[in-house]
Parts: sequence; structure tokens; C-alpha cells
Amino acid sequence: MSNQSVLFDAPGPRAKILYGIVGTVGVLILLGFAAIVIIALGNPDNSQWAADKWLTLLKPVTWTAYLLPGLWATLSAAVVSIVLAGVLGLLLGLGRLSSITIVNRVCGVLVEFLRAVPVLVMMLFAYYVAIFALGIYGPTATFFGVVTGLTLYNGSVIAELLRSGVESLPKGQREASMAVGMTHTQTLISVLLPQAVTAMLPSLVSQLIVVVKDTALGYMISYSELLRKAQTFATPNANLIPTLMVVAVMFIIINFSLSLLANRLERRLRRSRKGPRVVVTADAVADPTTEPATK
Amino acid sequence: MFKKLKALAVAAAALALAAGGLTACSGGDDDTVRIGIKFDQPGLGQQVGDDYEGFDIDVARYVADELGYANIEFVEAPSGNRETMLQSEQVKMIFATYSITDERKEKVSFAGPYIIAGQDLLVRADDTSVSGPDDLPGKKLCSVKGSTSAQNLNDEYGGKAQLQEYDTYSKCVEALVAGSIDVMSTDNTILYGFASEEQYRGKLKVVGKTFSEERYGVGIKKGDVELCNQINDALTKMIEDGEWQKSADKWLGPAGFELGTENPPAFDTCS
Amino acid sequence: MDLIDGMATLLSRYDVLAAFWMTVKLTFVAAIGSLLIGTIVAILRVAPVGVLQAFGTVYVHAIRNTPLTLIVFFCAFGFMNTMGWSIASPESPTSIADNNFWFGVIGLSIYHAAFVAEALRSGINTVPTGQAEAARAIGLSFMPALANVILPQAFRGAIAPLGTTLIALTKNTTVLATIGVAELSYIMSGMLEFNISLLFAIFVLIALAFVILTLPMGFFFTWLSRRLVVAR
Repeated sequence: MSNQSVLFDAPGPRAKILYGIVGTVGVLILLGFAAIVIIALGNPDNSQWAADKWLTLLKPVTWTAYLLPGLWATLSAAVVSIVLAGVLGLLLGLGRLSSITIVNRVCGVLVEFLRAVPVLVMMLFAYYVAIFALGIYGPTATFFGVVTGLTLYNGSVIAELLRSGVESLPKGQREASMAVGMTHTQTLISVLLPQAVTAMLPSLVSQLIVVVKDTALGYMISYSELLRKAQTFATPNANLIPTLMVVAVMFIIINFSLSLLANRLERRLRRSRKGPRVVVTADAVADPTTEPATK
Repeated sequence: MFKKLKALAVAAAALALAAGGLTACSGGDDDTVRIGIKFDQPGLGQQVGDDYEGFDIDVARYVADELGYANIEFVEAPSGNRETMLQSEQVKMIFATYSITDERKEKVSFAGPYIIAGQDLLVRADDTSVSGPDDLPGKKLCSVKGSTSAQNLNDEYGGKAQLQEYDTYSKCVEALVAGSIDVMSTDNTILYGFASEEQYRGKLKVVGKTFSEERYGVGIKKGDVELCNQINDALTKMIEDGEWQKSADKWLGPAGFELGTENPPAFDTCS
Repeated sequence: MDLIDGMATLLSRYDVLAAFWMTVKLTFVAAIGSLLIGTIVAILRVAPVGVLQAFGTVYVHAIRNTPLTLIVFFCAFGFMNTMGWSIASPESPTSIADNNFWFGVIGLSIYHAAFVAEALRSGINTVPTGQAEAARAIGLSFMPALANVILPQAFRGAIAPLGTTLIALTKNTTVLATIGVAELSYIMSGMLEFNISLLFAIFVLIALAFVILTLPMGFFFTWLSRRLVVAR
């Protein structure tokens, strides 16, 4: 809403006609592009729109043997990762807020490092550590690789969220607790942290979206998540593209619902009178090295 | 801090174990054996619905039964991960079109071989420009990362043909059918398996001129002579009672694959 | 010392520099690509025409909620293999490597464009309505108001999120290992397969390569956004 009023005035009669023309041309371009893709996929030698490529996707066994187990693997890895990342983020975040310089510094370096390394690189490393150093076998090793990679990265993101959450609380909160005789740690644990964590809730849910998407990287260490299962299914049926389309829709539905949930949480927190007045969004700590911004 | 991290790592491992155990439903039962197979190779090892089928699977089931295991848990063993899976004891045996090579023998041991295949080429049915590996220069060739065929081709034709590497054969086949690559190379057993798939029937053909000998062995942990001998006994029995021939005919026969005089093969000495 | 020796061994055995250069190239080209697509999508999203806005919104939501791996698969196996599209000349002796590179770049660009579009839009949102009203009040017409008052502020507001997107893009180039582009994570899986005893050295080497790339980016964008911050 607001952006329109910044950029554009309410249209007059001439502008309305112009908008109509621009809209029609835009739609025609988009439709043209869609048509090119649809026709190219219908390439007569190997048409992706052939009915049998799609009908197999409707069979119950497709879902019970491939897609649902894959979905379960994706979601279970995501949920375990976000929980562990929450724990790690809490520890690292507290470390960064610590008044002890050395703890502060070590956690700071650790957080920066974990944010600089790609999740896939950490997954590969963790997977090989699991099988060669820890002696974990079987599908557990791939699960361990996926969860460790996701936990390390997202833990560092959550640590930053937590820190900016605490730092964005009104100064008076800290001053008041100091004034009644609480120590730095007491202030942190019983006054600042509970408020910061509540303020973080929406961005935790948004972070879960990132985690769900990134489980797909587990494909590369042969974790049987949705994408790998989909591909196993597509091999005998020769319908990789239709299957990938279905999988994409599954991901979009799950993640879109999660983002709706995050939005609703955020609105509720903003409205609530008792709750903290600040809400930390993922954008606030978007940049690893910027000072946290408050909203 | 490190203590915290360590505790966290332990907690993570415990959680991972718990959840992994849940997803895999794997107990530590003595009568269950974990076997590595391929999930995406028609005719050899392929997941079909809830089950697995193919020549490799039949042999794996027969051997596991002979060794006294009541249950089998099949695990996907991608080409590039097979040595790792055996070295780390993720699986006890691997039946996954696993060629016996000297290089691999440095890391793992093999029982068998239980069948002898050969590397061949797969092209589109209407393509007459390829009749053997000598026609490869200038062509676009697809193979799977970490497989012997990829290495052979890299060594011999790497500079002349363009090589596309994917992680599964099925991706190569799709690219071949669509025309973005010209030739796909791997063992003839696998190629015949794909060519006879209903979806690809009539669209692909195997050139039929093998240029290597691929001896499929049963991958086991390095130095496990006892297991190797047990597996060989089971394989001998399978060949003698006709089950081997029956399975080979069932899975590889219809695709036009000739077993040849080298099959059933003689076993290597276990070491 | 073992670590240093291990890294030296790896550097002598593998062409790490070439992989590093590939990652840099991918990042650079895909950054330009995503900036182009992202700007178009951002314009659509703020356009006063309903259907265009709707398309911009659908694009951003659909792409942001799909894993990058899946998008890259669509580009490689959909556009390239199934539809048979080709960017490099089919006769070129490096057409496979070139096609993988370019379709990978397209996948990266499509994905990150959604984030670029959101960064630009959030930049526009940081400009208070009063600025536009004031510009009109002193007699500036639409284009001058946009060019002299609104966009300069919007751009400054978008710097920090754009920086984040660039860093994410750098790290996300690793996904292209799935389609056989020889960048850092591709070479890493090769190293792990054949030199497992050097596990830690491999990780430290590859991780360092990314730290070298992303840390300066972070510092640069922080410096830039502080320098250009709009005081309100």
C-alpha cells in the first residue's frame, strides 16, 4: 500500500488507459513465455504432458512408498535441526552477550565462521565425520550429516537473532533491573531473555522455512529426503519433470503455510499489549556484520 | 564453551540416533542383515513400490538366506559411496553392479564374481554414427560419477569426447532420449535394463560391442575371508540348483542380453 | 602442523585454484543475472497495474519457498535435457561444461532474484510517504521525484539486504555440484572420496576459501550501508 503512494499518484483517466495497455502487454509477454515452456515440454519425442507420466503420480503406492516417506524424512530432519539450532543459538547468543571478553570473542568468531561456510560443505564434513570418526552407521549417518550441517548454520543465525533481540529491548529494562540490584547475568536471564525470545518467535518460524528448503541439500550425501525419493520414483516411470513439479508444489505449500504462520505470530505480537514492543524479524539481522536494526 | 559444544554434539548425536532409528526402523537384531543395492537400475536393482527387484536383489536374497539371516534391510548404495559404506560397516554386503578392480581391492574385499558383464554404449535408436568406442571422439558422453565406466572413459577417451557426469544413470538416460547427450556408457547389463524399460522401448539401442570385462563381485569389508568363503559357497549353491540361471533369464534375458560363455563365472580366491 | 601438511598435499593434488575461480565466476555472473531479473520483478511488484503486481508476488512467493536444488534440477534436467535448450553452440568442444555453467547460473539467478526483488522493495518501503509528498509540493513531477528523491533513498535502504543476498549467493553456488559444475564443493566431494585421512584438512581448506570470499563482502556492505545511511 504505502509503496504505491510513495511512487505513484492515484491514476487519472489517461493513466488508467495507460495502465490497461501496460497490463495487457505484460500479460501477453508472460503468457507467451508460459506457452514456449509448455510447448517445449510437450516435445513429441518425449512429451512431459503424456497422461501416463502423470497418472502414476496418482497411484497410492507412489505416495506410500516414495513421496510420503521422503516428506517425513525431510520434515523430521528439519524439525530436529531447528530444535537443536535453537539450543545452539541460545548458547552462542548468550556467549556473545556475555560480559566475559574471552567468551564473547570466541562465540563471535564462531558465529561469523559458521555463517560464512556453506551448509553443504558442513553437511559433507559432518557426514564423513559421522562414518569415520564417530562410527555411526547406516541411514543414521546421512541423517546426522544433514542435521549437523543445518544445526551449525542455523544455530549461528539464531544466535544473531537473539543478540539483536536483546539489544533492541528498551534500555530502561536493563537499567531498571540493575537498579533493583540484579547482576548482569540475572538481568539477562530473567528480564531480557524472556522478552527477546518471545520477540524472536516469528523469525524462528521463518528460519524453519530455510531449514526445510535446505534439507534438500541432503540429496548430495544420499539422505533419502523428498527430492531423492522423488528421483528414485521417477526412474522406472521416466517422469522426472512431472515428479519434480509435484515435489515443488509440496515444498511451496508447506513453506507458504509456515510463512503465513510467521506473519500471523508477528502481527499478534505487535498487537499484544503485554508482550514486548519490539519484534525481531529475520531482516533485522540480515547482514552478518551490520549492527542490529530495530523496527 | 568447548564443554558446551561437546555436550551439544553428544546430545545431537543421541537425538540423531533416536530419530534415525525411528525412520529406518532398524533394530540391532542378529538375524537382520543390511545390504547395499542400487535403487534405480532396471533389471538389476530397482525400487518398485514397497519392494525391490532385479538380478542383484535375487542374488542378495539367496545369499542372505544361505548365511542364515531372516530379514534383509536394503540400503541404497550410490556408486561413489560404496567403498565408504563398507569401510564404515554401514552395510555388510553390497550387491550393486559392483565391479572387482585392483583399485577398489585396496579398500574393500570381494566375494564372487557372480556375473560377468562388459562395458558397452547406449545410443538413440535412430543413431547409426556410433558402432563402438572408436566413434566416441567428438561425441557427448554421459556417465555416472564414481563408477568404473567413468574412470575407463576418462582414461581412454577423456580428452576426445565431452564427458557429462551425473549422480544417477537415470539422469543420463533422460538426457540421451532428449538429445542433449549422444552416448551413454556403462555396463551392458544396466544399458539393456534401461533399453527394455517400457518407457524407453524403441527409443534406445545398445551398440552391443563390449570393450571391457566387468566382474560383478559382492563387496564386503576388507580382509573378511570367512564371510567371503561363506558367500562363495552360497553362490555355488545358487548356480548349481538352477536359481542363478532362472533369475538371469528372468531379468536380463528379455532385454536381449547374452550371458555368453564366461557366465556363470569362476570365483576368485578369497583374501 | 599436520593440518598445514594435509592442506599442502591437497593443494598439490587438486586444482583448488581453478575450483575457487569457478566459484568466483559463478557468483559474479549469477549476481548480475539475479540483479537483472530481481529488478524487473521488483518493478512488477510495485507497479500500479494489478496483474503485474500479482505476477511479481506469485514469483517471489513460489521461488522463495522452493529449494534451490530443485530449481537447479529444473534448469538442468528440464530446460537443458528435456526441452533440449542449449546456450553453448552444440558443436563447441566444451558445450557440455558451458551448458552446465550457464544453466546453473540461470538457476542461481532465478532463485536469488526473488531475494533481490524483496531487498529492493524493502528499500522502497523505507522511504516515508512524506518524501514523495514534499517532492510534489515543491513542484517536481513524477520522473524527477522518482529519480532525485525516492530512488536514491530506496537504493541506500536496500544495500544491507542486497549484501546479504550476495553472500548467500556465494555460498549457494555449491548446489551446482549436483549438475557437475566443478566448483569448490564438487572438488571437495572428490577429495573426500579419495583422501579420507585428510578429512579435517579438506574441511578447513574449503571452509577457508569461503571465509576469504564472504567475510570481506560482509565488511564491505556494512561499511557501505553505514556510509550511505539515511538519517531519519
